[in-house]
Amino acid sequence: MRAVAGGVALAVVPVLAALVLSGAVLWLLGTDPLEYYAYVARRGLLTPSGLQATVTRMAPLLLVAAGLILAFRTGLWNLGSDGQFMLGATAAAVVAPPLAEVLPGWAALGAGALAAMVAAALWSLLPALLKARHGINEIVTTLMMSFLGLSLANALVKLVFLDPGTTVPQTRTLAVADRLPALPGTIVSGGVLIGLAAIVAVHLAMTRTSFGLKLRVVGASPRAAIHAGLPVPLLTVAVFALSAGLIGLAGAVEVMGVLGNVRADWNPAYGLSVIPLVFLARLNGFAAIVYVLLFSALQIGAESAARRLGVPAYFTLVLVANLLIVLAVVEYVAQRRRPAWT
Amino acid sequence: MDMILSAAFLTSLVAGMVVSGVPLLLAGLGEQISEKAGVLNIGIEGMMLAGAYAGFLGAYQTGSLWVGFLYGIGAGMAVASVMAVLCVRLGLNQIVIGIGLTLGAEGLTALLHHVRFSRSYPRLPGVETLPLPGLAELPIVGSALFDRHPIVYLAVASAVVLSVLYRRTHLGLTLRAAGDKPAALDAAGGDVIRTRVAAVLCTGAFAGLGGAFMAEVGAGLFVPFMTGGAGFIAIVLAMLARGRPLWVLAGAALFGACLSMTTALQVAGFDVPTDVIQMLPFAAVMAVLIVFGRGASLPAALGSAYVRGGRGSDGERS
Repeated sequence: MRAVAGGVALAVVPVLAALVLSGAVLWLLGTDPLEYYAYVARRGLLTPSGLQATVTRMAPLLLVAAGLILAFRTGLWNLGSDGQFMLGATAAAVVAPPLAEVLPGWAALGAGALAAMVAAALWSLLPALLKARHGINEIVTTLMMSFLGLSLANALVKLVFLDPGTTVPQTRTLAVADRLPALPGTIVSGGVLIGLAAIVAVHLAMTRTSFGLKLRVVGASPRAAIHAGLPVPLLTVAVFALSAGLIGLAGAVEVMGVLGNVRADWNPAYGLSVIPLVFLARLNGFAAIVYVLLFSALQIGAESAARRLGVPAYFTLVLVANLLIVLAVVEYVAQRRRPAWT
Repeated sequence: MDMILSAAFLTSLVAGMVVSGVPLLLAGLGEQISEKAGVLNIGIEGMMLAGAYAGFLGAYQTGSLWVGFLYGIGAGMAVASVMAVLCVRLGLNQIVIGIGLTLGAEGLTALLHHVRFSRSYPRLPGVETLPLPGLAELPIVGSALFDRHPIVYLAVASAVVLSVLYRRTHLGLTLRAAGDKPAALDAAGGDVIRTRVAAVLCTGAFAGLGGAFMAEVGAGLFVPFMTGGAGFIAIVLAMLARGRPLWVLAGAALFGACLSMTTALQVAGFDVPTDVIQMLPFAAVMAVLIVFGRGASLPAALGSAYVRGGRGSDGERS
């Protein structure tokens, strides 16, 4: 009983503390924090249209989270998610619209998703090989590849795959009828089901299968994994490809479900902002769903608040950073006190 | 071709190298201090950005670049102090906290800029330079290298000072022990935690100054997210330098030249798209990592928190 109460407190206290801390920032900037939070909650969760936008936004975030959990549990720091996301989105935007004119809808969507996963996985190959073959730290290589990928995706959109039919620099647009179908009776893109399926599959694969166990051994101690006869280099490359593939699919889902195309200089930076979320969830897929829901609502609400209350949506970054810091401290304190409880 | 080899072109190339190289130099030197002490400081991008905004604000409000630099150092250290408490004192994951601090600094500086300046980007007045007698009159490189704001000379000098400090002083030895074999330092009566906290704060000061330079001298204004990955390049510089400050200096000059070359080519009339140009420094880093990456050495206890008598406290990666 006490443990359950402790667990709930451990999840709720940091959220409240982070809200208070970030509220202080708002107050210092001359905005009424209560008004702001109430507005964000109303627009992100409590109105039907806001809630539907929030659930739609969850789709790419869940896929990114799934990709990150897979890599982080294997002890691989894939910090290149922003570049992988944008390359996936661009690949889907290049492949799906022309195919949709000649193929049945599902085939065009499938091809777009596949192209996105392959493009992102290929982009992760170099850091993966450098890590597997030469032990070069993947933190810096994935970060560098991320910046490269963002610029490459932009260059491709502006220079190669420009839609000749419009003056706006963007790729060709997937017709609304050809996009991912919405959930019945709503305007929520079906992508959220793909996202949920992916994160649950990753969670179960990591916790319930022998493949997941192997990966966790690699994550816990690469040296022990080699002694156990595991093909660590091969697993490293495979996990990088899967992780990047899921993140690329996130880009595809956003393009084929919501936007229809990729505009030049579009970069929602979902990749890095999901990293704190999966850590707040302690790399647990189900907990990550909850945090992703909260973060989506926050983003949708904050985008709306930026227009109405004049507080830029950058505020979400501050709130997430505060949440991460508070949670880290709370967890530390709880760990310190645990021996006294038992 | 004549255009490329003209003296004016070369001068602008070298001048550009200094402007884009100095922030990398300062941040790289700062990162090196942390890495030596065993803390992988991924938050350096955030520290630079905080320094850039604070530096700009200080210079804008007081009209003095020096006050701006002090503001920048302070802001960098403020972000670093959060890192020091969480990652060194409490031993939390350095990569996650580093990313979190970078995100937080990005959000906070963009927010503060918006509240203070809305959508305007005021420029600072021009930079006053200090020509070094004799050297500044040299052809081609003279005005580009030796007719600069004093902070440029100080940055270069600090690389030399750090180099001596690491090799010749007890302090340098203590720093290295904290990163290579913290347990040994502990046993010898040194204080691992205090050493690492001091190292992280120094990193914040250097990174903040680098960011302030970028905003005050480099751009003359502040734009949200203006560091654009420079902090991450600095991490690579520190990694490849294998603990030697003068190699950071050489690396910063190289990458500064690379950055400057791309803009100079554009100015010279070569029609290269901006997005391709933005890829060059990162592509250069990847190329260097592929060729020399195997030689990059990092302190044994890098990335792991020190707990007295705890697992991994002998410097082994757990």
